[in-house]
Amino acid sequence: MTSLTDTIRIADVAEEKDTSAKFYFGRFFVYGALTLWTIICLFPIYWTLSTSFKVAKDVQKGAIVPWVGYMPNWKGWQSLGLSPDTIVRPSTVRDEFFKRFFNSVITSVSASLLAVLIGSLAAYGLSRFAYKIGWMRNKDISFFFLSQLILPPVVLALPFLALYKELALLDSTIGLILLYTLMVLPIVIWIMRDQFGGIPIELEEAALVDGLSIWGAFFRIVLPLAAPGMVAAFILALVLCWNEYFFAALLTSTHATTVPVMVASQTGSQGINWWSMAALSTAAIAPLVVIGVFLEKYIIKGMTAGSVK
Amino acid sequence: MATKTEMMIDRLYTVNTDAEIPQSRKTLGRLILWAASALVILSFLIEGLFKAGKISFGYENWQPVLYAVMIWCLALGVFLVMTKGESGKKLLFVLPAFLFTVFMVIFPTIFGLYIAFTDWNLSAFEGQHFNGADNLVHMWHDPYFWNALANMIYYTLAIFVEYAIAFGLALLLNAEIKARKFFRVAFLLPFMLSPVAVSWMIGKSLGEYRFGPLATLARHLGWNQPAFFSTPGLARTSIMIMDAWTYIPFMLIMLLAGLQAMPKEVQEAARVDGATGWQAFWKITFPLMLPVSITAVILRVIFKLKLADIIINMTAGGPGGATDSVTSFIFREYRERSNVGYGTMLAFVYLVFIILFVTGLLKIASRWNTSGQD
Repeated sequence: MTSLTDTIRIADVAEEKDTSAKFYFGRFFVYGALTLWTIICLFPIYWTLSTSFKVAKDVQKGAIVPWVGYMPNWKGWQSLGLSPDTIVRPSTVRDEFFKRFFNSVITSVSASLLAVLIGSLAAYGLSRFAYKIGWMRNKDISFFFLSQLILPPVVLALPFLALYKELALLDSTIGLILLYTLMVLPIVIWIMRDQFGGIPIELEEAALVDGLSIWGAFFRIVLPLAAPGMVAAFILALVLCWNEYFFAALLTSTHATTVPVMVASQTGSQGINWWSMAALSTAAIAPLVVIGVFLEKYIIKGMTAGSVK
Repeated sequence: MATKTEMMIDRLYTVNTDAEIPQSRKTLGRLILWAASALVILSFLIEGLFKAGKISFGYENWQPVLYAVMIWCLALGVFLVMTKGESGKKLLFVLPAFLFTVFMVIFPTIFGLYIAFTDWNLSAFEGQHFNGADNLVHMWHDPYFWNALANMIYYTLAIFVEYAIAFGLALLLNAEIKARKFFRVAFLLPFMLSPVAVSWMIGKSLGEYRFGPLATLARHLGWNQPAFFSTPGLARTSIMIMDAWTYIPFMLIMLLAGLQAMPKEVQEAARVDGATGWQAFWKITFPLMLPVSITAVILRVIFKLKLADIIINMTAGGPGGATDSVTSFIFREYRERSNVGYGTMLAFVYLVFIILFVTGLLKIASRWNTSGQD
């Protein structure tokens, strides 16, 4: 009897040992894989940032660690007019960069705001009321909005080029804002439909009974509840608009060009001026890295809306 | 019949006061809409006649017509509220987005269809002429267009590899790990970067032949000539990798959300029943993740079909058209040869292909989804 329980206990211990070895091996594998992918994700960003502090011979050495492999200096940022010693002096490159930068900010923020505004209204209407526009009912209207997502930009690009020329909107920020709004509108409607679907209708019914109109109920009851979803939609739209290159490259030339167009034109023309290219790339991606780090929650909320029921 | 009437009932019930609208209000609403319509037609006529040289006054561009159309949209809203009351107010929710999309998509598309059947070239001195199916014939004999379409198939197939990697990473992130938030942020970052910056950061800087870290690494691993864009196959693979780098986070986040929404009990039950990790994955996790996976893959396909930025900035389609996507090919057709008519025709043919392909994909997906639930 005792021998039997002993055997069982021994077997148990052996199995526990086995699982713990396995456990540690599993941990090792999991963290190893996670670290490897973190390096894959972050190294290009680190390399770009560090290259902006290198001179030609450091780049050619392939130096990676600052102060060990190379001595950091401000050369790249000097050429952009953004280093500590040049920031107070006038610089045409810096003015150029800031002009593009503010173009990008104005374009992407306005387009995202406009898309969130009209997209939220449409998504709310579609989630609460039954419509009939022509032969289209709610399902068809939703499909009409979402189907714009598969429209490739090339189809619209050349007609818009010709139309904008006639409307004097070519190379204008307004023209770009309208196109970007169109581009992100399906995504905003997708996210907001999910968001409004999660808000109980009883709240608005109570508000209507208390004498609010449907628009009053929307603004005073529903909107505050849907705010996190709107922020998520706004941030995601902002990221997509900020990075857009195709329309900006085709439809702008001097006044309304955005940061991606400037980066692209620099890569083509300057050959191998590494440090200034690296500084420019760093400056171009910095706002998005900041958004990614601090507003990650909202981006993930936006990206996963509607995909998990 | 019952279901049909049910469909027309609002989810949010409101008191209907439409019958109380006085006739004078309705007439006023109609008058406003008629006035706005007249304004649009008038501005259109003036501008058209002026451009045709029939009358001597007018504006130098079509912008006034645009303003007239905007006023018409406002008038339409006023008209709806004045004549239809409550249901008009409900329509106001969906109307701005609807009108915006119609004007921004339908009109350019109709105009584009017209351009597609002309020989419009911006560098030619004479204007555009209708040339029937010439563009289609030209397309049929254009090896570069078909080559670009074939490339799109390769690029789309690469999604399976991206999906496998994204799923693996999602499983890792869903495991019990420390510092999950750090890893999640790190994994998300590539998605935030603009493809233009990525093509410089990775393609031109990291992969630089002489001293880029990637080339150095490749030399250490025994590859003597690490030129990532020299041969067609290599160049295409490099583009795929760069595109995958930016978009894997997108699928990863969706799959991770799916994994986190999965009830823990199912996994535990499988373990109690003695399933190994491998079996539990293929018999339980994977089938349960199928709907999320299909959504993620289809969205990824839609984004992939628009692939252009990296190619335009990295290889401009080379070597010999090996990396061209349809979008980048049309971009160059316009940029380098100013062929607006032909480029638009190619874009429309591509649109037809995309619609057929995505519709087929959705059909298959819905069948899979329903069969998975049985």
